[in-house]
Amino acid sequence: MGKKVLVIGEMKNNKLRNVTFEAIAASKLMSKENEVIGVICGEGNLEAQATEMIYFGADRVHTIENEKMKAYTSQVFAKAIIHVIDKVNPDAIIMGHTAVGKDLAPKLASRLNSGLVSDVIELEEFGGNIVFTRPIYSGKAFEKKIITDGIIVATIRPNNITPLDHDDTRKGELEPVNITIDTVDVIIKDVLKKATAGVDLSEAKVVVAGGRGVKGKEGFEPLYELADLLGGAVGASRGACDAGYCDYSLQIGQTGKVVTPDLYIACGISGAIQHLAGMSNSKVIVAINKDPEANIFNVADYGIVGDLFEVVPQLTAEIKKMKLAT
Amino acid sequence: MNIFVLLKSTFDTEEKIEIRDNRIDDEAAELIINPYDEYAVEEAVKQRDTHGGEVTIISVGGERSEKQIRTALAMGADKGVLINIQDDLEEPDQFTTVRLLQAFFEDKEVDLILAGNVAIDNASGQVGPRLADKLNLTCITTITSLTIDGGVASIERDVEGDTEIIETHLPLLATCQQGLNEPRYPSLPGIMKAKKKPVDELELDDLDLEEEDVAPKTKTIEVFLPPERKAGKLLEGEVTEQVQELVSLLKHEAKII
Repeated sequence: MGKKVLVIGEMKNNKLRNVTFEAIAASKLMSKENEVIGVICGEGNLEAQATEMIYFGADRVHTIENEKMKAYTSQVFAKAIIHVIDKVNPDAIIMGHTAVGKDLAPKLASRLNSGLVSDVIELEEFGGNIVFTRPIYSGKAFEKKIITDGIIVATIRPNNITPLDHDDTRKGELEPVNITIDTVDVIIKDVLKKATAGVDLSEAKVVVAGGRGVKGKEGFEPLYELADLLGGAVGASRGACDAGYCDYSLQIGQTGKVVTPDLYIACGISGAIQHLAGMSNSKVIVAINKDPEANIFNVADYGIVGDLFEVVPQLTAEIKKMKLAT
Repeated sequence: MNIFVLLKSTFDTEEKIEIRDNRIDDEAAELIINPYDEYAVEEAVKQRDTHGGEVTIISVGGERSEKQIRTALAMGADKGVLINIQDDLEEPDQFTTVRLLQAFFEDKEVDLILAGNVAIDNASGQVGPRLADKLNLTCITTITSLTIDGGVASIERDVEGDTEIIETHLPLLATCQQGLNEPRYPSLPGIMKAKKKPVDELELDDLDLEEEDVAPKTKTIEVFLPPERKAGKLLEGEVTEQVQELVSLLKHEAKII
């Protein structure tokens, strides 16, 4: 018997984030029989986004359109989602382990008196339980968890679960839901965009990261060029952040972000244990460092001993050449 | 202002992780204040210095956590509370921790609760938001700036690199993000003073809770280490040759670009 899984969709600049499609796929990993019910909240018309969720495998989608839902706020979105939970009565709830997911999922789990497994990278059905795998100690170890009581609530780490194929012949019902929002405790005055305008670091397929070796703010420029070319994001070691070369939002490591891209290019990073915790589960690691003894070479698939200011621009040029040739 | 800080003892970030009997072996590990909780302690002390009042550190843990509470007291907090579950509970989860804290806060007047946005060990990121929900407090996660004026809190928060500027009111629970402040090192006089500051120890009984009230909702069934990464190929030759080889390897061997 299939169960009902509620997938909470998430949008950025009015487009669904990839992790929403990954969450739909995760619902089907729990059981192919599962019915996947999507929900998205936003200010304007959400029909296109809801339909997209259907194409990616949702069976039906609730849309909540409200002028107070232009941007995510914990109180308003929680109220809306809880309204849908009461209506749908799901057996499980899945969403992305993103800024929104980290804020909202614990609140929902608390309200439902449920267990929550956050930051899941893998899940499977085993012996009647859903077994979730998640990194602990920033990826220095992993644990497998089950939820023993209440509705299953889980957040999945972006980039780890493959979405289902996009199928635009799929059909599913869209069900608008109306809610009234009276009091608002939190007012968003402004949002300052910073860091890279492009790809989000935690979702990037390619990360080009700089350490103390970049020597200054300007030193990051060749890294940005390479990242842009590869459609990736720029990250940094704590050393580079502490030295003021870049913003802390770029920090990768045990006290920063944990990333698992397909390709990680470490430039001028020595490879302290705390940094390795944040990136050593990347699929392919390239290290560029002047010091042949640098620890980063112990985890790199490919290493170049050399000056990053010489190597990185050449690498960018060479990849450009290759792209032109193919 | 009545300010509380939720503090967790975690492994020092230098520690290697070892597994014994399907759990993380923590006996020999050096413990520290969870680095994100350090921002919370620093902020609490700063807010108290501005607005007056008292900072209480509260930690759910074992006997060893007293040392981290004392460090927070040496940083300037006024008193500590340790909810010691070492002997009573085998496998607490976030529900357990929050249930204990909820019981503790039942008869407390709260203006501000600060916590780290995540702990660097289990990284669940749940305790702050779950507790706020139970205490019916506004919850703001990953804050990077906090200014309180009267009952109004002006806050900047980090949202995946963007900065959201928001306004809300007390009472409030906020979780702290890197960039909020520079946590101070405890000074020698601070350490001396901390020795005389009170640290209360509470157990399940003291909170009028039974074991089944705090029974976890999740269970860890396996803990394992990632496969060790082997050092790969160090390329050779002139930089130009190395770069060409690298691009070729990424394209043909790793098939990644």
